[in-house]
Amino acid sequence: MRKTLIIGATSAIAQDLAKLFAEAGDSICLVARSESKLSILADDLKLRGASSVAVQSMDVLEYDRHQSVVDSAVESLDGLDLVVIAHGTLPDQAACQQSLDMTKKEFEVNALTTISLLTHLANYFEEKQRGSIVVISSVAGDRGRQSNYVYGAAKGAVTIFLQGLRNRLAKSGVNVVTVKPGFVDTPMTADFPKGALWASSERVAKDINNAIDGQKSIAYVPWFWRYIMLIIKSIPEVIFKKLSL
Amino acid sequence: MTNRSYQSWAGYPVVDQEARKLNWQSDSLPLQDSDGKSFLPYGNGRSYGDVCLNDGGIVIDCRGLDHFIEFDAEHGVLRCEAGVTLQEILHFAVPKGWFLSVTPGTQFVTVGGAIANDVHGKNHHKAGTFGRHVSRFELLRSDGSRRICSADENTEWYQATIGGLGLTGVITWAEIRLRPVKSALIDQEVIRYSNLAEFFEIARASDQDYEHTVAWIDCLAQGDQLGRGLFIRGNYSDTVQNSAVRQPKFNLTVPVEPPFTLINKMTLKLFNTVYYNKQRKEQIKGQVHYKPFFYPLDAIYQWNRIYGSKGFFQYQCALPVEHMEDAMREILERISRAGLGSFLTVLKLFGDKPSPGLLSFPMPGATLALDFPNYGQKTLDLLDQLDEVTRSVGGRVNPSKDARMSSEDFQLHFANWRKMEDYIDPRISSSFWRRVTAES
Ligand SMILES: Cc1cc2nc3c(=O)[nH]c(=O)nc-3n(C[C@H](O)[C@H](O)[C@H](O)COP(=O)(O)OP(=O)(O)OC[C@H]3O[C@@H](n4cnc5c(N)ncnc54)[C@H](O)[C@@H]3O)c2cc1C
Ligand SMILES: NC(=O)c1ccc[n+]([C@@H]2O[C@H](COP(=O)([O-])OP(=O)(O)OC[C@H]3O[C@@H](n4cnc5c(N)ncnc54)[C@H](OP(=O)(O)O)[C@@H]3O)[C@@H](O)[C@H]2O)c1
Repeated sequence: MRKTLIIGATSAIAQDLAKLFAEAGDSICLVARSESKLSILADDLKLRGASSVAVQSMDVLEYDRHQSVVDSAVESLDGLDLVVIAHGTLPDQAACQQSLDMTKKEFEVNALTTISLLTHLANYFEEKQRGSIVVISSVAGDRGRQSNYVYGAAKGAVTIFLQGLRNRLAKSGVNVVTVKPGFVDTPMTADFPKGALWASSERVAKDINNAIDGQKSIAYVPWFWRYIMLIIKSIPEVIFKKLSL
Repeated sequence: MTNRSYQSWAGYPVVDQEARKLNWQSDSLPLQDSDGKSFLPYGNGRSYGDVCLNDGGIVIDCRGLDHFIEFDAEHGVLRCEAGVTLQEILHFAVPKGWFLSVTPGTQFVTVGGAIANDVHGKNHHKAGTFGRHVSRFELLRSDGSRRICSADENTEWYQATIGGLGLTGVITWAEIRLRPVKSALIDQEVIRYSNLAEFFEIARASDQDYEHTVAWIDCLAQGDQLGRGLFIRGNYSDTVQNSAVRQPKFNLTVPVEPPFTLINKMTLKLFNTVYYNKQRKEQIKGQVHYKPFFYPLDAIYQWNRIYGSKGFFQYQCALPVEHMEDAMREILERISRAGLGSFLTVLKLFGDKPSPGLLSFPMPGATLALDFPNYGQKTLDLLDQLDEVTRSVGGRVNPSKDARMSSEDFQLHFANWRKMEDYIDPRISSSFWRRVTAES
C-alpha cells in the first residue's frame, strides 16, 4: 500500500491521477486551497478504493506553511512513498508584458512555490533513501515562445531544477519524474479552441501513472510531444525568432 | 464560439452554441458575462436529436461533475454527482455485486442525462424507467437556489425534472437504487422468429420469466416475413463469474467522418440479411458478459460517424397496447416499402410500471427504434408518414431521439407539456423545446 501526497489535488490532471491511485489502494493525502472541493475529492477517492484519504487546505503561496504541510502529510500517512505536485496557472502573457507584478506572481505560483515544496520534500526523500517525486512541468518549458514565455520560463526553471534534483537524488534511490504535458483539455485551457493535438486529462493521467510505475525520468504526455518538441527545439534561433509561435 | 464537440449523437441539426463547464457541485452556475443568453445542461451528448442542444445560447457541460459521494453497500444505494457515467457506475458497482436497475443501450450516458430523458432499457416491463429508481437529487437553478427533490420533498419538482429534458435546472447529484447481481454475466437466449405475429407471441410469453427482452429485426423484410428477426431475452446469471466468458475489450472506433454515409441500400440489405441469418439454429442459449448484452453498439466507439457529415435520424415511437399490432405492421410496411431502413432496428414491449416523470416517454404497448441516414426531404417525408401512424393510434415519439417532430405532434403526445412551464428555469431553453412549443 503506497503512501501518496498530492499537491494541487483539485487540478483536473491530478484528480484523474488520484482516481488511478485510489483504485490501486493507495493511502492518500490531498493538498489544495478549497476545503469544499477537498471534501468532495476525499469522499470520491475513498469510494474508489483508497485505503485512507486525508486532506489539508493550503494556498501554495503560503511558503511558511510548506514545511508543516509536508510534515503533517508524513504524519497522517505514516511516511511517504510518492509525491505529485500539480498546481499551476496559465498566465495572461499580454498582461504580464505590461506588469512586472503579474509576471512575478505567475513565476511564484508556477516555479518558486514548487521549488520551495521540493526543497522540503527532497530532504525527506533523501533521508528515506527511496520513493518518487513527480512534478508536472510543461512542454512550454522546453523553448520560449512569444505567446507564453512567462509560463514557459517558469516551467523551464522547474524542469532544470528537477534535472539537478534527479542527479542529486539518484544516489539515494529516489526517482524524480518531470512530466511534460502538451495540450490538455482542462479548466486551465477552457478558452482554447481544441484540435487534434489535444488530449483528455484522463488519457494524460494514465500516461503519467505508467511513467511513475516505469520509473521514468522525463515523461512527455501524450508520447508524441517528445517528437514535436524535438523538432521545435531543433529550429535554429535565427529562424525561430521570426516565427509567430 | 462554435464548438464541434458539443453536438448531438446523430449530428443533426448542427448548431452554434457556446460551451461552459460546471466541474464542482459546490460551484455556482457559470453564467457570468452571458448577456442574458439562455443555457442548457449538457451530459454526454448521447441524445440523438436536439434535446441536448441550445442553438445561439450556452450549454453547460456537466460531465466534470464526476465524483462519487456515498454508497450504502448493504442496500445498494449510490449517491453520486450527475456527470458520472453509467459506465463508471458499473465499473464501481458490479464487482461489489450491484447493477443499474435500468440501463439504456449505451453506457456512455451521464446520470443527469439518464434522469432528464427518463431513459428505459430492455427491462421496462419489469422495472419501468430510470426515474423510478432515483430516490432523490439536488436541483440547482439559475437564481442560485438548491432544492433536494424526492417523492416526498419538493415532489412537483421531482416529477417535472424526471424526464424534464434539462429544463428545470441543473441536477448536481442524485441518489439511485441499484439492484443486486451475483456476477457480471447474463444467461441469454436468442430465438430466431419469422414474422411480426411471432414476435408478439414470443414477447408476451417471455415478459413474465425474463427480466430483459428485446428483438432486433430485419427492417427490409416484407410480406409474410415482415418483422422477422432475433428475439433476445436474458436474466442476470446466478452462477459466479467463470473465466471462460471474458470481458470484451472496447477499442474499436470510427476515426474519421466520411463525407457521405456508408449506410446505403446495398450495405443495409447485406447487413440485415447476414444478421438475421447469423444464427443457424432456431434458438441458442448461452452466457454472455453484460457489455455485449446491453451495449453492443458501444463496441465501436464513434459508430455514429458512419453516417457521414449529414448525420442521420433516429425514430422511436411508442404505440399503445390496444393498437400496437396493427400499427406496428403498418409502420414496418411503410419503412420496408421505402427501403430506407437502418442497420439495427429494435422492437420491444413496454410494461405498465408508471414513471414519476411528467413528460416520460414510455407507455404500455410496443416500441420501435431505428436509424435513417439523412437523405434530406426523402427521409423527412418517410418520417412524416410514420408520424401519421403513431398519431392515429395515440402513440408518442421519443424526444431524446427526435430532431424533427412537429409541435402539434409533441403537444398531442405529451399532454402534460403545459404543466412543465411552471417549472422551467427562466434562464434555460433548448433547441428542442423552442421547436416543439413554437406556435404553428
Ligand atoms: C447507442 C445508443 C443507445 C441508446 N439506447 C437507449 C435506450 O435503450 N433507451 C433510452 O431511453 N435511451 C437510449 N439512448 C438515448 C440516451 O440514453 C439518452 O439520450 C440519454 O439521456 C443521454 O444522456 P447524456 O448523458 O448523453 O445526456 P445529453 O444527451 O447530453 O443530454 C440529455 C438531456 O439531459 C439533460 N441533462 C444532462 N445533464 C443534466 C444535468 N446534470 N441536469 C439536468 N439535465 C441534464 C440535457 O439538458 C438534455 O435535455 C441511446 C443512445 C445511444 C447513443
Ligand atoms: N492543461 C494543459 O494543457 C497543461 C499543459 C502543460 C502543463 N500543464 C500543467 O498541468 C498542471 C495541472 O493543470 P491542469 O491542466 O490540470 O489545470 P487545472 O485543472 O486548472 O489545475 C490547476 C490547479 O492549480 C491550482 N492552483 C492554482 N493556483 C494555486 C494556488 N495559489 N494555491 C494552490 N493551488 C493553486 C488550482 O487550484 P483551484 O482548484 O483551487 O483553483 C488547480 O487545482 C499544472 O501544473 C499545469 O501548468 C497543463
